[in-house]
Amino acid sequence: MSGDVIRDVFTAVLVLLSAFLCFAAGVGLIRFRDVLSRLHSSTKPQILGLMAIVADVVVANPSVATITLALAIVFFQSLTAPIAAHMLGRAAFRTDHFRRDILVVDEVSPLSGSSRSHSSDE
Amino acid sequence: MSVVIVIAGLLFGAGAVAALWRIIRGPSALDRIIASDVLIATAMCAVGAEMAINRHTDNLPVLLVLALFTVVGSVSVARFISTRDDT
Repeated sequence: MSGDVIRDVFTAVLVLLSAFLCFAAGVGLIRFRDVLSRLHSSTKPQILGLMAIVADVVVANPSVATITLALAIVFFQSLTAPIAAHMLGRAAFRTDHFRRDILVVDEVSPLSGSSRSHSSDE
Repeated sequence: MSVVIVIAGLLFGAGAVAALWRIIRGPSALDRIIASDVLIATAMCAVGAEMAINRHTDNLPVLLVLALFTVVGSVSVARFISTRDDT
């Protein structure tokens, strides 16, 4: 009986953590000012929220099939979400969809300057 | 437990509405695709929360397919925006 209570508390804590991360991503999407900072807020529920909720499903009903599918879900999400974030950030940088005045450090412009002048000869 | 369900539903709903507002109002296409990624992640977390609360695993293949294929839209939009700048 006490194990059931512990499992319920664990489920509730992980569900609330994931819901809070989704809410924080929404607030960040509204409040932040350019594409790069919105990208920063949007990647929180994609990895940590999904890991919390998948661990939650595994705790709620543990079996070999559930654990295998959960590991596959976390693996593929952590494989594809950084790719998407990287591509979106690169597209935002190349098309100047960010504010240079709120940028703290810019390590890409000296590098992409040479490659851009090289590729603008097309 | 019902209190947890209500609070989690409110938080998921608020996040989804914020993402939807950014999809509608986003100044550029990159904002819209980022907000749609957040909307999909919120939907995945909500489906998983329903599975965890009701103690079943019927929708785990849905999560697997979403984890595999949501990258396609973002990457294709990012590729085509990099080559054509109009917003």
